[in-house]
Amino acid sequence: MPEIRNYTLNFGPQHPSAHGVLRLVLEMDGEVIERSDPHIGLLHRGTEKLAETKPYNQSIPYMDRLDYVSMMQNEHAYVRAVEKLLGIEAPIRAQYIRTMFDEITRILNHMMWLGTHALDIGAMTVFLYCFREREDLMDCYEAVSGARMHAAYYRVGGVYRDLPDEMPRFKPSNLQRDKAELDRLNENRQGSLLDFLEDFTNRFPGLVDEYETLLTDNRIWKQRTVGIGVVSPERAKALGFSGPMLRGSGVAWDLRKKQPYAAYDKVDFDIPVGQNGDCYDRYLVRIEEIRQSNRIIRQCVDWLRDNPGPVIIEDHKIAPPKRAAMKSDMEGLIHHFKLFSEGYCTPPGEVYSAVEASKGEFGVYIISDGANKPYRLKLRAPGFPHLMAMDEMAKGHMLADVVALIGTMDIVFGEIDR
Amino acid sequence: MKVLTDYFRSLFLLELLKGLQLTGRYLFAKKFTIQYPEERAPLSPRFRGLHAQRRYENGEERCIACKLCEATCPALAITIEAEPREDGSRRTTRYEIDLFKCIFCGYCEESCPVDAIVESHVYEYCFENKGENIMTKEKLLANGDKHEAQIAKDLEAQAPYR
Repeated sequence: MPEIRNYTLNFGPQHPSAHGVLRLVLEMDGEVIERSDPHIGLLHRGTEKLAETKPYNQSIPYMDRLDYVSMMQNEHAYVRAVEKLLGIEAPIRAQYIRTMFDEITRILNHMMWLGTHALDIGAMTVFLYCFREREDLMDCYEAVSGARMHAAYYRVGGVYRDLPDEMPRFKPSNLQRDKAELDRLNENRQGSLLDFLEDFTNRFPGLVDEYETLLTDNRIWKQRTVGIGVVSPERAKALGFSGPMLRGSGVAWDLRKKQPYAAYDKVDFDIPVGQNGDCYDRYLVRIEEIRQSNRIIRQCVDWLRDNPGPVIIEDHKIAPPKRAAMKSDMEGLIHHFKLFSEGYCTPPGEVYSAVEASKGEFGVYIISDGANKPYRLKLRAPGFPHLMAMDEMAKGHMLADVVALIGTMDIVFGEIDR
Repeated sequence: MKVLTDYFRSLFLLELLKGLQLTGRYLFAKKFTIQYPEERAPLSPRFRGLHAQRRYENGEERCIACKLCEATCPALAITIEAEPREDGSRRTTRYEIDLFKCIFCGYCEESCPVDAIVESHVYEYCFENKGENIMTKEKLLANGDKHEAQIAKDLEAQAPYR
């Protein structure tokens, strides 16, 4: 009697559907998964340790690089933790700007997720259309911060600069046949960033309808997602799920509603929940979240248009003074030098602050011993518990479903490996 | 009745045809891509590209070796050595940015009290040999001289916000 052994398959770390550097060791019985064992750590950069060695403000750019498709939300969790430690509150305009950019980031993230998830499962068109919308939003990122992805825009006590009054425009080139073509390119860039965003929020719901036309009723899409990776609400809670993964299982938990931060208690939006807890429900939840984000952005745009004001606190022990003040006033110059060399000290203590990032609860836990840098920084990445559930979700499914599962978890290795 | 309509919908591939109709429409619509080397995506005045060092109108370099950018650089990419020049003014003898370490966060530009180090609009560059990743003082000043008009324009546009 020959010994029957399961076949062991290495999925990744160079597999294009492994979303980065996931190495999955799959034990298979034929094509059925018996056990899956995710190996992590290939993108470990020691962000938590690095943060212990530099003043608080200097860690902000590193937060962008954790979950590198929802940059500003990570920054938000971090600056909010430091603000809580210092006992300060950002001005109301900054809170609205943060809310708006958190939602822009959510759309960016979900567009990326939708595109790649569909691409993994075999629908290529959606990927191209999603990236078209991402381009518009990344232009907003660039207009406001100067970088398309790693913005480093939020600061402790507010945001770095106010929203620009002018959107960057296309320049004429030899390829455009006439001025009309250039005008068409620049059509929605005539006004300020807020005008550009307003135009975007007007056309965006129609574009989401297009993605839904391509996917929601599509029989191939449904065959690949309905009934795959079912997680019951009880198990979802027990496994530590958060974000769309939890809501897809039917638990209406959203930090934006349950523990409102920034301006979320002042804007109107709904939380979508799923019913069956499978990949298809999580897809529907995310699609609806995109629509809700669009609603929030629209409300923020309207508010920001009517309410000018400071975007960062005036306390120059924490936020640098205006450049004009720095150049003409001695005290301003001293504050400027002090802030950029030494930073500021926080009172000793520990804080935890979390935001509802696109993937779930992104939390930052800081222990301070009263110095100008954290004694310990811990990051709670939402993707980590989701990946831990891989074994449970994949058991009994086929190999091809693993791809759908990785897609539905919306895994980004920047945050899992940190 | 519903069973019947669902059956015919499924039989005639209606949802797939709807998808095809959508992609078909885009096939004949105006393209939303641009032709990269000839046409370029718009760049904001806040754009953070390759670093440059600036000079005053009289040709004197702005940098006074205060080392604030070196202190604030999160990635420790900047190395500065300084000593007094013959005329007694404090200048850098060595100012280097390691582009392999740099994370383009813009803190150096933000911290510089004399607007000497800035991040220009240049984003197309490459290294062919070992060591070219180090932006030396000469390279920084050359980049600044080349793009001074653009840099000055951007700084002026950004002045009200900073």
